[in-house]
Amino acid sequence: MSDHDYQPSSKLGKWFNDRLPLLTLSNHLAEYPTPKNLNYWWTFGGILTFCLITQIVTGLTLAMHYIADSDLAFASVEHIMRDVNYGWLIRYVHANGASMFFLAVYIHIFRALYYGSYKSPREVIWIIGMIIYFLMMATAFMGYVLPWGQMSFWGATVITNLFSAIPFVGEGIVAWLWGGFAVDNPTLTRFYALHYLLPFLILGLVVLHIWALHVPGNNNPIGIDIKKPSKDTVPFHPYIVIKDGFALLMFMIVFAFFVFYSPNILGHADNYIEANPMVTPAHIVPEWYLLPFYAILRSVPDKLLGVIAMFAAIFVLVILPWLDTSKIRSAVFRPLYKQFYWILVIDVLILGYVGAMPAEGLYLLVARVATTYYFIHFLIVLPILGYREKTIPVPLSITEPVLGGSPNPGLIKRKESLN
Amino acid sequence: MKKIVTITYLIFLLLIGSYQVRAAEKTDLIKIDWSFNGLFGKFDRGSLQRGYQVYSEVCAACHSMKYLSYRNLSEKGGPEFSIEQAKAIAASFEITDGPNADGEMFTRPGKLSDKFLMPYENDKAAQAANGGAYPPDMSVLAKARKGGADYIYSLLLGYDDPPNGMILDDGVYYNKYMYGNQIKMSAPLSEGLIEYGDGTEASVEQMSKDVTTFLMWAAEPHLETRHRMGFKAIVYLIILTVLVYFSMKKIWSRVESKV
Repeated sequence: MSDHDYQPSSKLGKWFNDRLPLLTLSNHLAEYPTPKNLNYWWTFGGILTFCLITQIVTGLTLAMHYIADSDLAFASVEHIMRDVNYGWLIRYVHANGASMFFLAVYIHIFRALYYGSYKSPREVIWIIGMIIYFLMMATAFMGYVLPWGQMSFWGATVITNLFSAIPFVGEGIVAWLWGGFAVDNPTLTRFYALHYLLPFLILGLVVLHIWALHVPGNNNPIGIDIKKPSKDTVPFHPYIVIKDGFALLMFMIVFAFFVFYSPNILGHADNYIEANPMVTPAHIVPEWYLLPFYAILRSVPDKLLGVIAMFAAIFVLVILPWLDTSKIRSAVFRPLYKQFYWILVIDVLILGYVGAMPAEGLYLLVARVATTYYFIHFLIVLPILGYREKTIPVPLSITEPVLGGSPNPGLIKRKESLN
Repeated sequence: MKKIVTITYLIFLLLIGSYQVRAAEKTDLIKIDWSFNGLFGKFDRGSLQRGYQVYSEVCAACHSMKYLSYRNLSEKGGPEFSIEQAKAIAASFEITDGPNADGEMFTRPGKLSDKFLMPYENDKAAQAANGGAYPPDMSVLAKARKGGADYIYSLLLGYDDPPNGMILDDGVYYNKYMYGNQIKMSAPLSEGLIEYGDGTEASVEQMSKDVTTFLMWAAEPHLETRHRMGFKAIVYLIILTVLVYFSMKKIWSRVESKV
């Protein structure tokens, strides 16, 4: 890396940089060679950083007014909505921000799946990313409990009860999580503490995620290794900064529509009813971003196996770099994988849909088929596909022509559309 | 670029669509073109003031509104009673305060800073007085029911004779829009039940519409500010996006790649 050659121009800068090379770091970030053919699916990393910062800043402000007490929590949220200056804005940004965060993270993950970004040498980036995703779900779940509405309370009851499925120690673990014999004040206060803590763990992991990214550099739509820096790359600043900025603004427009014009559409009406342990809501439904996993959980008739299936659904993603045996990264050159990829996307959307429906009749059947297919995709299709699939020849570089073989008009056309 | 926009859009449609499928359960609600809907939606001031009258003369006998204060009645974006009117409204309620220097509780006329007086001492008293059914607090009711304002409006107009063969217990009434069609609140509104101060005819539809508008405001007191700010924010973002787009084009014209 050429980072070591960097010298600040001013004397003071040099003095400081010799003691703490912050300027070398910022120079590295600005000069960081990035493939020039990255498409807009690559802008979600920056968008996600924005989402995390937004959640932390709005969350911090809410924490100044929120009271974590089962008798006062609901009223304190109403106090924020009514009497705190722009409290309604801060809270709606925070609540919808969680949904936007997940929307962006799902696009980010599915982009990695399409272009094989999880493959060698980027396995560690991927695994850190999966840990972040898991922590995000935990954080979001605990955050949803804090307003102490009906869905908060009953969602917390259902999800924490999952641990009771663990043989022998399950009941003990649940009581330990609750801090009592039901979801109550101790549960609320510890969820609040953890909801405050986890985002900072996520922030730390994001730093590691980016650090791990900067070792091999970005993958790209063609999925080939490129020389850095070369004519295949552009410096991060200003090229990627402005492009990420543009994409972020587009994202913010969508975000603003939710916040200002339908702030409650992604939430559940029942959560505006204060928590009442004596009244169970007709349907207990988690937030939309957890629905696919909820569908997997409910599609297994046995409680313990259901919980195992749900966690396994995340775990197969963690070991994905070793399940996918294909040496070719990008789906652009994998005609069969591309089809299976889109089937998976549809499968997950179906899981999300049935997760919102009552677990009975046709919905349950569909959930079971979709769950089975989810695991088939990762555990059977991907390992076999790597050996069986006839891939399209991959170009040597982003700017150079295709390696050997006869010219493939379809590929050239596709290549052009990528550039 | 186009593809991305379309796909993102489709994802959103799917997301919202799945929620609406869930919302469209059983009986369709009566849909009203509320003045507070839409990008520039505002509350109808007259309707809010009449709605408060309906609330205070009818609903308030059983339903509390514990998160609202009398001062809210004169605040911008609400019914916008004058300060004097709001003070008079507050003063018409006897508020228990204290303890005083002697350790005694005492009553005094309400002030602007007081919360709306609750009709019952506590939830249990409310239940006991209403045949075991708890009349929900109305502060956020319009957000706490699927369908929101349309649901409340429909419910108020949804009283009907039970279909043949349906036997109702004592103190239970048939309502088309209630979950399970059985409700413990008797039809609260009837023709000419109250006399509007502004001379508007107090039909059941009119009263339902007014009180629903009032409840929507109570649940979202900053709705008007939100709509106004949202419009400005989005216009600002769109202009900035266009500027950044052209800057991006200019910067990327130095390399042969397209963005």
